[in-house]
Amino acid sequence: MSMHRATILGKAIKSVMKLRGGGSALPGLVVEKIDPDYIKNILSTLPKGVVVVSGTNGKTTTTKMVVELLEGQGLKVFTNRTGSNFTRGVAAALLGEVDLRGRLAADIAVLELDEAHAVHFVKAVQPSYSLLLNVMRDQLDRFGEIDATAQLLKTVASATTKTVVVNREDPRLRNVASSLKDVDVAYFGLSDSLQSTFPTDDDMRTTAKSKIKSPNLPTLSVLESFDGKQAVFTLAGKKLQTPLKLEGIYNIYNAAAALGLVASILPQYNPVKLTESLANVTPAFGRGEKIIVRGQPVDLVLVKNPAGFRLSLKSFPVSGVSTMIAINDNYADGRDMSWLWDVDFDSLRSTGVAMLSGVRAYDMAVRLQYEEVEVSHVVPNLGQGLRQFLTQQPSVPKRIYCTYTAMLAIRRELGKMTNVEVIS
Amino acid sequence: MKKLTILQLYPNDMNIYGDWGNVLAVKRRAEWHGYSVRLIEYNPGDTFPESVDVIIGGGGQDSGQSVIQADLQSIAPRLTKLAKDGTPMLVICGLYQLFGNFFKTRDGITIPGIGIFNIETHGGPERLIGNIVTESEQFGQIVGYENHSGLTYLGKDVQPFGVVRKGAGNNGQDNYEGARVHNVIGSYLHGSLLPKNPAIADWLIEQACTRKFGAFEPSVINDTFADQARKIALERPR
Repeated sequence: MSMHRATILGKAIKSVMKLRGGGSALPGLVVEKIDPDYIKNILSTLPKGVVVVSGTNGKTTTTKMVVELLEGQGLKVFTNRTGSNFTRGVAAALLGEVDLRGRLAADIAVLELDEAHAVHFVKAVQPSYSLLLNVMRDQLDRFGEIDATAQLLKTVASATTKTVVVNREDPRLRNVASSLKDVDVAYFGLSDSLQSTFPTDDDMRTTAKSKIKSPNLPTLSVLESFDGKQAVFTLAGKKLQTPLKLEGIYNIYNAAAALGLVASILPQYNPVKLTESLANVTPAFGRGEKIIVRGQPVDLVLVKNPAGFRLSLKSFPVSGVSTMIAINDNYADGRDMSWLWDVDFDSLRSTGVAMLSGVRAYDMAVRLQYEEVEVSHVVPNLGQGLRQFLTQQPSVPKRIYCTYTAMLAIRRELGKMTNVEVIS
Repeated sequence: MKKLTILQLYPNDMNIYGDWGNVLAVKRRAEWHGYSVRLIEYNPGDTFPESVDVIIGGGGQDSGQSVIQADLQSIAPRLTKLAKDGTPMLVICGLYQLFGNFFKTRDGITIPGIGIFNIETHGGPERLIGNIVTESEQFGQIVGYENHSGLTYLGKDVQPFGVVRKGAGNNGQDNYEGARVHNVIGSYLHGSLLPKNPAIADWLIEQACTRKFGAFEPSVINDTFADQARKIALERPR
């Protein structure tokens, strides 16, 4: 009975919160209090089980891809789309989908969980599949050391019952994979020619090291090449070529991860439909998302850690674009500004940066001064900075690199000027 | 052009939380002051260069510290002599600890240091994390970010680098942060430390130039951005 009570009460709170325009986690919290096994009981009814996507960078985009690829294969998929990537957020997302009897009409659940919450989650619900994307330095003030983060993912992998899909190019994750027993491991990887595009945290500042060749491991899904529009993959030994709406090489590599996961879940996948779905995937909000403002495209690129920021700078050409960088240091962004010094900004030297904004705009200004990159304006207030940036050169396309809370604030401001999809 | 040689200790294994920012700050500011700079990256097994003017080292993961341990002991006599001769050095976090007498982990394992600082460090029960402000007579207010679980205690003859105004510092108890001996500074402050505290960077360069050329001839550097960034850093929550 308590499951029904929990569902009804949770749904009621969710609808009240929505009227008030409030947060997304409270209804989940209430449900957890009434019925601690709520998530487990509902998810255990799904015929194809539960998939957990975790890692430092690319969770949201990859989860979105996996969901769309599986839907393209005819599955009904439950996911935590709002990016509330912790257990309570999953409960809240469930409340939106279940009927009043607490039943979920889905074949499979694909959930994005950050490393720490994934560990809690798998204690309650054993995933059938997990996808481990990468371990990079991110808000280390939360998790401690990067080696400890790898341990968290090891716990997730060990709890998995069928297949763990692992990034072959991440040395820490390779170690995790080699220690696993009683579960299948499938790798996704990069061709030798693409290796140098993806520096790991370990060879961040090392120029001397000769570039490592791909480890010799059986690999289910490989990103072979990407020329800016067309990507070529090898999936289960077969070539798969498609144009993509996604930009940024790291997003394309995430596609290799998503393909590997989908091929593990559905070995008999329909390749034509798979290619079609992949071609239609658009970026998740704030992850290379394009918003048209006053007739000009504005790209929002979320940057959360050194490796992500460096990959973003490598992925998007600077010419013909006016650049803004917005750096906040709220809890969700990470309070430590040291990470800005682990990013190479020399690619911005040719164009300079038009606007720096956010609470820590001046930290960014100091960083660019030492990289000898010219800065035109520094306006810490995000609303003011954004408006000035957009009006400065009205006929030039724009790109904004922003930390998490800066991205949310910028989307709110842009929402006042144009139609921006609301993420609850 | 007068040339300074900067040596970065263990960039492969002890280089975390923006340690590169300290190297870059000394390199650029020396250049802006009109000196040319040669940067040497020293990693385990490399030949330690004959002459060095500034040494900078950083922190690392536990795994990184175990990689460099033996090599650090092998170059300890050189480092100790350079320190006694007045070579300016800055070591942050992990290498600050290992420039002391020892680090004793929570499991009771003692990792020997090289004893340039008469200090000892003991593994603590929790990480001391957050924005930190300290004050030194020589450099005024120092802003940074600390993230360590080791608790460091100064020996009798050792001066602290600063007195804590906000944050935990060496151990959260005695209000001291960092250590100083000869021209060597040890500290837990990331941030990165030198770009946001340019007076310290200039002091390191001044010591190097005075030793090598007999005098330091500074130029005026525009530190407006650093001044503003410092103001914000002082106001931010822990």
